[in-house]
Amino acid sequence: MDAFSVALVSGLACLAVFLATTDKGRRGLELALRSLWLHKLRSFLSMLGIIIGTSAVIILMAFGEGSERDVLEDIKRLGTTNIIIRSVKPPDDSNTNRRQMVATYGLTYSDLEVLATIPSITRLVPMRVFPQETRRSDRSHNSRVVATVPQYAEVNDLTLVQGRFLVPDDDERMNNVCVLGQETAKSLFLFEEPLGSSVKLGEFVYVVVGILAERMPTGGTGGSQAAEDFNQDIYIPMQTARGRFGERIQIRSAGSRSAEKVDMHQITVTVEDIDKVRPTGQIIRSILGDTDRHPRQDWALTVPLDRLELVERTKANIRQSLGIYASISLLVGGIGIMNVMLATVTERTREVGIRRALGAKRSDITFQFLIETMVQTGIGGLLGVAFGVAYVFTHAALRTLPMAAMLFQDGSPSPILHVPSITWSLSTAVGVGVIFGIYPALRAAYMDPIEALRHV
Amino acid sequence: MTEVLRIESLHKRYSHDSSEVHALKGVNIVVKQGEFVSLMGPSGSGKSTLLNVLGCLDRPTEGSYHLGGEDVSRMGDDQLSSIRSRYLGFIFQQYNLLPQYTVVENIEIPLIYQGIRLDSESRARCVGLAELVGLGHRLDHRPMQLSGGQQQRVAIARSLVNRPQLILADEPTGNLDTKTSHEIMTLLSKLNMSGKTIVMVTHENDIAKWSKRIVRMRDGVIESDEANTPDPIDESGPGLPMHLLEEAA
Repeated sequence: MDAFSVALVSGLACLAVFLATTDKGRRGLELALRSLWLHKLRSFLSMLGIIIGTSAVIILMAFGEGSERDVLEDIKRLGTTNIIIRSVKPPDDSNTNRRQMVATYGLTYSDLEVLATIPSITRLVPMRVFPQETRRSDRSHNSRVVATVPQYAEVNDLTLVQGRFLVPDDDERMNNVCVLGQETAKSLFLFEEPLGSSVKLGEFVYVVVGILAERMPTGGTGGSQAAEDFNQDIYIPMQTARGRFGERIQIRSAGSRSAEKVDMHQITVTVEDIDKVRPTGQIIRSILGDTDRHPRQDWALTVPLDRLELVERTKANIRQSLGIYASISLLVGGIGIMNVMLATVTERTREVGIRRALGAKRSDITFQFLIETMVQTGIGGLLGVAFGVAYVFTHAALRTLPMAAMLFQDGSPSPILHVPSITWSLSTAVGVGVIFGIYPALRAAYMDPIEALRHV
Repeated sequence: MTEVLRIESLHKRYSHDSSEVHALKGVNIVVKQGEFVSLMGPSGSGKSTLLNVLGCLDRPTEGSYHLGGEDVSRMGDDQLSSIRSRYLGFIFQQYNLLPQYTVVENIEIPLIYQGIRLDSESRARCVGLAELVGLGHRLDHRPMQLSGGQQQRVAIARSLVNRPQLILADEPTGNLDTKTSHEIMTLLSKLNMSGKTIVMVTHENDIAKWSKRIVRMRDGVIESDEANTPDPIDESGPGLPMHLLEEAA
């Protein structure tokens, strides 16, 4: 909790303590509750604006919080201490390798060796990705072959439901083993046990050594980061892929055929410390930026940490605009309350006169009506908070039900209760009571008691 | 007898837009403790204005007004409020009870503005006053559930709760039938006999006859000021618990 919230909470607490413990406060509170109770429907209707305003703040903040968490989890999945380098096919491919009709670009084994010399890097995980049909007897599946090294599992937080992931030995010996993504395993093995069975990739047969758990696809947020569905993957050792598939890969798509020679499509670099992520990124940039090494810009570098900061900046912007919406709705609610209070003051003119004759000071009258407005907005705020919180929890609970899940297939984030928004909205509601209550209260206090007593 | 109030050459002028109304044109009056004064006069004679000044609801334009030895004619609004809550009890023609309160809560109101803590002691006092005016069995009733006479009794109890030096009654029987008026006037007379000073505005001679002094006003000045011997109180009806009255005073 920040200092602002602490101040708000303590302000509200002081007010509550004052109302509950002092004689005057308790009497004012009781009086206010009583006159609100006397006109239940009117009080409720005039509170409605505040109720809607507060619950809107809570619900909007909860959705903001939920989407923020989704993005943050996305980034964390990529890893905040990671740097991701990708091979990018340059657009002006025509003047090079024209004769061969083979696109040669991207990160090379030599790049990998140079990067391995940077001291702050603790892990380098290369991967090579190409589409390939996987077959199992008469069943086939268009999967994405990922050739990589054992550390890939750590970098991407993979969990296995069965068997093991690739091990260093697989790579050294160029073993024909593979690990299947959840979807691949399901579509290839209907009624069989996949583990230990074999699948055919290209011309060779691979033994299934592990099955991955279902994994959330990364959302395609941010420019260079495309959505990835890991469930369609099939993982084989890097060296096996190099040996079995060779340097070039033929890709057939939409009736045309193309070939490319790419050593690796991506290198995930893990840096030892979060503070060293940016400097290391600079070093990598300068190494790969050397024109002898890469004459064309055929690589791209992503630092998830940068995106994290972007998210934090966006968060502040979202908060600000939510604050504006909230103030507008509370303003409207406040005007509604003020309207009703002005009518109430007129209606109770005689009461004001009686109280003044019986010894009430102007300040007593002001206090009485001000407390009444504040109690009204406070109760409205509490009801709004209750409704908002209930909505957030119901929404979150409904999502977990399979039947209702289809209602939420638009990909909207699941709301998460944003606790400080409760104190903000509640104290704003009470504040609205003070601001919009002060004028009607003063109007009541400054009535001429004689005129007020004559009022019918 | 000590003076409760002293008014000397009191003027009150109102300006409504361009025209000026000279409501009181030099009023002199002294009321001593234990008096029961009737203020009479036709409408426009200035009796209501005088009562408002007496009740510290209005301030004189000129002249002085001493209440209980204090000059209240130049006091500010807050001071006047505190004078009202300490020295004065009000009884109105319209009873002026608060509809959202019960009988006993209505009696308590002046105590709130005196800054007295409401506890079992103050509650017992209010219950005692309700019994005094014969409403001990109606403590939790709302004003709407009571007859006019009963409401006026509650108002009388309320005017006594702060032990005022002066009770101001503005046409206390104006809305009541003859029989009920009689009961209310009996109650006021008994309060006066127990030592309470009462100033009452009325335009009915029958009501004024209950008081010990009749002041007649005309055109903003006092026309006549004479002593009156009230008829002896008819003790036959349901008697008031006089021991309670002494406690209350």
